[in-house]
Amino acid sequence: MRNLTIAMTGSGGTGVVALGEMLLRAAAGSGYYGILRKTFGPQIRGGESAAVVRLGPRPLASFCGEIDLLLVLDWSHFQRFADEIPLSASTLIIEDTAAGVRPPQLASELLAREQGVQVLDFSGLAQAQGSAHSNIALLGYVAAWLGCDGEPLQSAIDHRLHKQGAEVVALAHNVARVGADLLQQAPINLQPPDVGTAAEAPWLASGNQLAGLGALEAGIRFVAAYPITPASDALEWMAGRIESLGGRLVQAEDELAAVNMAIGAGFGGVPAMTATSGPGLALMSEAMGLAVASETPLVVLDVMRGGPSTGIPTKSEQSDFNLAVYGLHGDAPRVVLASLSLADCHFSVAWATQLASERQTLVLVLSDQFLGQSMQVLPPLPALPFQAELSRASLPPPAGADYFRYLDTDSGISPMALPGQPGGEYTADGLEHSQSAVPSARAQDHEQQLAKRQRKLQSLVASVQWGEVSALPQARILILCWGSLFPVTLEAQQRLQERGTPVTVVGVRLLAPLPLESLLRSMQGMAQVLLVEQNHQAQFGHYLQSHLTQAQRAGLPELTCYSRPGPRLFTPQEIMQQVEGLPRA
Amino acid sequence: MLKAKQYKSGVKPIWCPGCGHYSVLNAITKAFAALEQPPEQAVLVSGIGCSSRLPAYVNSYGFHGVHGRALPLATGLKVARPDLNVIALGGDGDGFSIGGNHFLHACRRNVDLVYVVMDNEVYGMTKGQASPTTPEHWQHSKLTPHGPEVRPFQPCALALAAGAGFIARGHSGDPNGLAQMLFAAVKHPGFAFVQVLSQCVTFCPEQVQWKEQVHAESVCTDNPAEAAHFLHSDDGFAKGIFYCNPRTPWPQPHDSQATDLREGFRL
Repeated sequence: MRNLTIAMTGSGGTGVVALGEMLLRAAAGSGYYGILRKTFGPQIRGGESAAVVRLGPRPLASFCGEIDLLLVLDWSHFQRFADEIPLSASTLIIEDTAAGVRPPQLASELLAREQGVQVLDFSGLAQAQGSAHSNIALLGYVAAWLGCDGEPLQSAIDHRLHKQGAEVVALAHNVARVGADLLQQAPINLQPPDVGTAAEAPWLASGNQLAGLGALEAGIRFVAAYPITPASDALEWMAGRIESLGGRLVQAEDELAAVNMAIGAGFGGVPAMTATSGPGLALMSEAMGLAVASETPLVVLDVMRGGPSTGIPTKSEQSDFNLAVYGLHGDAPRVVLASLSLADCHFSVAWATQLASERQTLVLVLSDQFLGQSMQVLPPLPALPFQAELSRASLPPPAGADYFRYLDTDSGISPMALPGQPGGEYTADGLEHSQSAVPSARAQDHEQQLAKRQRKLQSLVASVQWGEVSALPQARILILCWGSLFPVTLEAQQRLQERGTPVTVVGVRLLAPLPLESLLRSMQGMAQVLLVEQNHQAQFGHYLQSHLTQAQRAGLPELTCYSRPGPRLFTPQEIMQQVEGLPRA
Repeated sequence: MLKAKQYKSGVKPIWCPGCGHYSVLNAITKAFAALEQPPEQAVLVSGIGCSSRLPAYVNSYGFHGVHGRALPLATGLKVARPDLNVIALGGDGDGFSIGGNHFLHACRRNVDLVYVVMDNEVYGMTKGQASPTTPEHWQHSKLTPHGPEVRPFQPCALALAAGAGFIARGHSGDPNGLAQMLFAAVKHPGFAFVQVLSQCVTFCPEQVQWKEQVHAESVCTDNPAEAAHFLHSDDGFAKGIFYCNPRTPWPQPHDSQATDLREGFRL
């Protein structure tokens, strides 16, 4: 089972990301599974950009540390992401004649390489066809090597370029053809990855698109948002579809407006969400507290990027954990979920949509740039049982009876009347209030409402969806992770097992309320627990430890936190190294 | 059919005796009676401040949100539930200072809402600080002992520039006239802005003189240039509907065919 990783670099505008997308689509059309990640500088044109595609015969949800093949359209700015695309002595490099000057440090290293650098004239081939698109010539060349330069490549080009008209598409086909023909004279000195035998027609999707799918399938019918990288493409995907379902997406004037619009719609009984990234989430914090206090259903998708402040807008990091879990003023219980893979963006957002309605509260979903903007070839996703409307605890009050909107029930969930229902009239309020929704500053009302809002979330910790457990019978080491680190940790598990070190892996999906009992159960019988996360301060690690009593700590295996910031992706090798460095029990 | 007083919820207002907001509350309930408004079909949406307490005092649905965000809350509700009569309301600080950006965009966006700003030129709930409509040399706040030293906003002129299609000013001393104005605002398709001079007897007792200063003007026009000329030569005490130029409210339905959400993912 041979996988292979191909990196493509250029400056913004040379079309390396388009190259990566078309290559993945063409490969998928020929039976490969694969995954594509994108890395950009902040510039729209002229900055650095790169795409990395990993291909193999089975579904791939993560990246490994090695780059087998580097395709270079433009060397300028390569140094800016050199540490995200680590080259090794065995990396084969193919560069275009117009790629410019090689980075000085790299040039000396390259001289000593076993693999050398192959220089080919893709821009010349393209120009001879009357095209400026060397990326398409390169695409044809690599596609031919993968054996997908026939119909799959044509249809990948059509898919990408059809909006630009038949002439553009026809020219691209020609350029790709001459690129493919070049392979005969200049073969690639590398064995292609194994091809799969996918029985079912797979999907090609990004995590942001799958989050949008989860939202709309579970019943979201109102979205308000303000553009922000890397969340915008989730919004754009929904914008093109929500109206056909009778819903509406509003581009708001800012994040403050966006979140309040979503709360307004939720109050009206229409399942509503917003999507944003760190800076926007910070702006939304006050109103998210309003959703908690007024018990209004609200889904907030946070596609995390490097922070704090403007941070690294185009690159991935798991550093909004504290903001999501602690970031509202007052005692404000909320649900926080984390998407555990691209496919899980679908599941987690759909579950969040149901939970928000069912529990009448704020549900945050933490995705990140890696999950959101990567694209994966994956088996078709199953339809999910989550539905916002069916689970809403909205009961028309009995005629003539007193209706208490914030009734202190056993479950903590109160009947929620919707505007339009006679007899249910109440004023939702961010002011503390009595059961009857009248503003109140009384200690008794405050305590009662705080306890009720907390109580309605408690039963969630017993949800079977709290996390994913990949257990191996002989494992004495548990690797704990959350969100987007789950797939790469699973790959580390597989490699460790091949080396004779079985470990169990837990990916936590439900971050708040914390499913502590389930977590403690997974630690039983372990000698070591390694927690991995992608932020500088071990945010989840501190949160987890703050939940443990002294007695619990005493009975637990040693807990080691390995956390470091983005934007470098975690690799299986890095996690394995941490496992191997654990003190022996 | 309900009488005006049947639209009162029975919750006792927190307002000071003599506060202008009592009259605005009366005007709203009178307008509801005239509109034969089913209570369950109306939603009053507010921000934070003395005037923003009003929804709890009315027998309808309501939402008392966070400071400055009444308009986006109301916008989301109305877009999601176009069947409802949604009225946003609040004070001058809530609407023109912390919520100023939303005011501009609500005028521009033209969702079918009414926005009532009870303008007393002061932050009352935080005990008397200057707001965006406070006179430049008002020196009664410890926070700005030399006065705000900046010129006040002209809310109606601002609304016109930002694209509002209905612009009016009322006075809390004339609840019947205000009720008629609110009636017209509700009937207006699209965004309707009503500034109400509503005195704060506690922090600006001089405002009780407003009843001597206001003057009714029959200047309603659909011509923005004429309205601009009037609003820029106005002394701030004219009352009436100044501008009424209905345009198609947003959003309107688009042609959209049923979509298979999953189709685009299949290779």
